[in-house]
Amino acid sequence: MHSPALIGYYTMVRKDVFRIFRIWTQTLLPPVITNVLYFTIFGTFIGSQLQEINGHSYMQFIVPGLVMMTIITSAYMNTVSTFYFAKFIKNIEELLVSPMPSWVIVAGFVTGGVVRSFLVGTLVILTSLFFTHIVVANVLIIFAAAFLTSFLFSLAGLVNGFFANSFDAISIIPTFVLTPLTYLGGVFYSIEALPPFFKTLSLLNPILYMVNAFRYGFLGFSDVPIDVCFYVLGGLTVLFFGITLALFIKGTGFKN
Amino acid sequence: MAESEKKAPALHVAGLKKTYQKKGSPVTEALKGVDLTIESGEFFALLGPNGAGKTSLIGILAGLVAKSAGTVEVNGISIDTDPDTAKSFIGLVPQEFNFSIFEKVEDIVMDQAGYYGISRAEARPVCDQLLKDLGLWEKRQAKAQSLSGGMKRRLLIARALIHKPSILLLDEPTAGVDVELRRGMWEFLQKLSGSGVTIILTTHYLEEAEQLAKRVAIITKGQIIEQGTVKELLSKLNYVTLILDTKEPVKDAALHLLEDMGVKRIDEMTLEFNLSPGQTVNDAIRRFASTGIDIMNVRNAGSRLEEIFMNVIEKHK
Repeated sequence: MHSPALIGYYTMVRKDVFRIFRIWTQTLLPPVITNVLYFTIFGTFIGSQLQEINGHSYMQFIVPGLVMMTIITSAYMNTVSTFYFAKFIKNIEELLVSPMPSWVIVAGFVTGGVVRSFLVGTLVILTSLFFTHIVVANVLIIFAAAFLTSFLFSLAGLVNGFFANSFDAISIIPTFVLTPLTYLGGVFYSIEALPPFFKTLSLLNPILYMVNAFRYGFLGFSDVPIDVCFYVLGGLTVLFFGITLALFIKGTGFKN
Repeated sequence: MAESEKKAPALHVAGLKKTYQKKGSPVTEALKGVDLTIESGEFFALLGPNGAGKTSLIGILAGLVAKSAGTVEVNGISIDTDPDTAKSFIGLVPQEFNFSIFEKVEDIVMDQAGYYGISRAEARPVCDQLLKDLGLWEKRQAKAQSLSGGMKRRLLIARALIHKPSILLLDEPTAGVDVELRRGMWEFLQKLSGSGVTIILTTHYLEEAEQLAKRVAIITKGQIIEQGTVKELLSKLNYVTLILDTKEPVKDAALHLLEDMGVKRIDEMTLEFNLSPGQTVNDAIRRFASTGIDIMNVRNAGSRLEEIFMNVIEKHK
């Protein structure tokens, strides 16, 4: 006999996973197409003219960064859109009237984001095999970095969903914050190649640590120490979980 | 039964307040200290004009709206100290359709069971029975968007009952529902009430409250201004308005003789007058007959509760 909280959590996740597969042309396909373009243009056309980085081709260098970029975007967009849509059509009330504890509801939304980002990440890795040979240095680090990052950005998307009061408001953060930070987070280059000032500035970008942790799992090297990457990731995840839970309990943005 | 063993009321609300404030707007007091006790198994109706505070009150009871002050106990459990247990007793039928129209009917009901911690195997027979009882069985595999308005209302009821709540909150459940369907819903609710479920109903249809509820409260401007059994409230009505259909057109001279009764002409063969306390219908008909007016038919002008409602609301304007 499972606990009521576990049944509630399972119901939320099941419903979201079915939704992800039902509308796969919106949830799974677009990131794959985008990454095929990245692999073709940056990896094949431009990358073939660039030097190797730490003994790896440019294509091999950018694959982990591009997969991480996809994980971040998918996790964020899943929770922000799911929560905002539920708020918009008011079926969030189905959850709010139920006796499910707040942390279970938050966990249910976040798991949906983690599942979608893992599905999309896996598809992008499989697609990259058509363009390059993938090396794996440490599977555990790959999984840990992917899990913590998707968890963190699912929480961040959920917070955005609480505050969003229009469909425009769910795309502001991804467009104006996430995309620039990701592009400047070492997806396409090593910060070792940057002048000292920009290198120091890059260290303030949290996405740099996520990209580098993930890349370390594949290629076995990172621009920043791997333990620092996980301290940053772990710390931010705990912090965001606390913030998200507090906002949910208070009902900020969705409970009058 | 000893006092200590006495069953807690289904709902006990004391000093309940709710204020809203939008940016740049003054504070709105939706509830100004509501006190209410509803015993277990009661069929209770909450009446009030638009904006009276009914939906705010229902929202607080269901856990959708955060209260500003006061206490709420559901079956003796405070919503402040143990909100999850308090919520498990309640089923909510909201005013608006708040399910995803892209989902299948049975998925909407089954998922709600899951949110209440009920396994799919356990929920399945209850879901099937509810869909049959509410006339949704044939549509169980259809997407909610294909349902008619009445079917959507019944889906809200099925969803609210899937966890077998001991208290059912209905926020204007028959709004926009045709007469036949409304009668069917009344029958269903009466049956449910008979099985011991406490029902709290807000409605604009006073006839509905008069038909269904044992006890009624009238709320306006965030305050309960009248409450009691339907019988008690009706006894406060000091007149009944009757409509009379006459056999032949009424002459002005005859009407003049009945001036002291305050008889009004609606059309040439229809009259209206107020029957005062102590005055019988027989007395009235005798007076009409004495002036040569033959009465074919006598009927109530409208819901008696509606008259009380209008009087009370008018007094508190």
